[in-house]
Amino acid sequence: MIEIKNVSKWYGQFQVLTECTTQVQKGEVIVVCGPSGSGKSTLIKCVNALEPFQQGDIVVNGTSLSDRKTDLNKLRSHVGMVFQNFELFPHMTITQNLTIAQEKVLGRSKDEAREKGLKFLDRVGLMAQAEKYPGQLSGGQQQRVAIARALAMDPICMLFDEPTSALDPEMVNEVLDVMVELAKEGMTMMCVTHEMGFARSVAHRVIFMDHGRIVEDASKEDFFGKPRSDRAQQFLAKILHH
Amino acid sequence: MYEFDWSSIPGAIPLLANGLLITLEVTLTAIVVGIVWGTILAIARLGSNPVLSRLAAAYVNLFRSVPLVMVILWFYLIVPQGLKAIFGNDIGDIRLTSALVAFALFEAAYYSEIIRAGIQSVSKGQIAAGLALGFTPGQTMRLVVLPQAFRNMTPLLLTQAIILFQDTSLVYVIGLSDFFGTAYKVGDRDGRLVELLLFAGAVYFVICFSASLLVKRLQARFAK
Repeated sequence: MIEIKNVSKWYGQFQVLTECTTQVQKGEVIVVCGPSGSGKSTLIKCVNALEPFQQGDIVVNGTSLSDRKTDLNKLRSHVGMVFQNFELFPHMTITQNLTIAQEKVLGRSKDEAREKGLKFLDRVGLMAQAEKYPGQLSGGQQQRVAIARALAMDPICMLFDEPTSALDPEMVNEVLDVMVELAKEGMTMMCVTHEMGFARSVAHRVIFMDHGRIVEDASKEDFFGKPRSDRAQQFLAKILHH
Repeated sequence: MYEFDWSSIPGAIPLLANGLLITLEVTLTAIVVGIVWGTILAIARLGSNPVLSRLAAAYVNLFRSVPLVMVILWFYLIVPQGLKAIFGNDIGDIRLTSALVAFALFEAAYYSEIIRAGIQSVSKGQIAAGLALGFTPGQTMRLVVLPQAFRNMTPLLLTQAIILFQDTSLVYVIGLSDFFGTAYKVGDRDGRLVELLLFAGAVYFVICFSASLLVKRLQARFAK
């Protein structure tokens, strides 16, 4: 589904990604973790071309991102993305947030988009908030709406960029619950997150990054059982002992 | 001791109202055209095309670096002569037209700077979210960025409109009878210049002060 081949990226002279290679199979749930500044968010943003890269290639569902003929807007409309800061559109109601891209990008009718959007809003348990504005919702609720907004586009896979890092602790679980449910339904997911409980319960593989490199790419069992690299061991020791 | 005599004002009300209409016409045209053209300039300036970006910057810098009164004179004296030379035919009374064009083009430079700041006030994450949903960059600008930008900058746009309303009085240099120009002419005719100018000043004050109170209320609402 997603193939990342030898991707390198520079900001000017500074190299942020160094020869990253991995792939995500259909139905697989991958957790990407690592210390801050390790390039994990940058890597996931490369997957739907929100960040350009200078070397290597990423192929999503058979479409190469480095091919100049690729319609990046069209590709992005098939790849759901959830951001750290939710990024709901503050000038639109929740319903409008859920329907606008369906109408303007997928060309769905108003009624069809509304029906689909509300279906997903109901799934994340926020039907009562349909006519409110994002600013009237809590962070956890906003993030659940953001997930519903991405799902309403019928994505072939979902990218999560630290979806719980900006939330108050008591709201983390309501978002993780939605993500766990999605994973169990077989959605292909690539999640940048520090939630190791989430990784343990639903991830198939864990990728550990440090200084722009993929240091460890292992099955969940191997990663938590016997991480090969010292870096990953230290990282795990630090975040699991709290 | 100067003896005030306000008696020439009531009879001049229809004339003054006409003048006020011209003032409003110039103001509104400059606001509408200025905001539309200013938005285009701001987008060009922030865009990735270096040629368009430089052209937009040059336009804005040029108009912001010359006095408005000169721009009004250019468009009255020079541009029509050029057009006459090109097209050959005589042009009628172009005072109002040239004032409308001059103000619209001049104000666009100021509006474009306000709008540019407004666009930049919208977070990069919002743009990423728009693109991630499959919007084209154009749709992201139109549906996501501009509505938020305009909301953020409404008080500034209104403040600029108030300044513009006052500045329209400069059309007296091309003999156009706007509100101020009419007041001056009536005062001159009746030998009551002091009264007419005081009256005109009071009218400008009432309109502008009410408008700025409105802006303050809007600002308080947006700050919430």
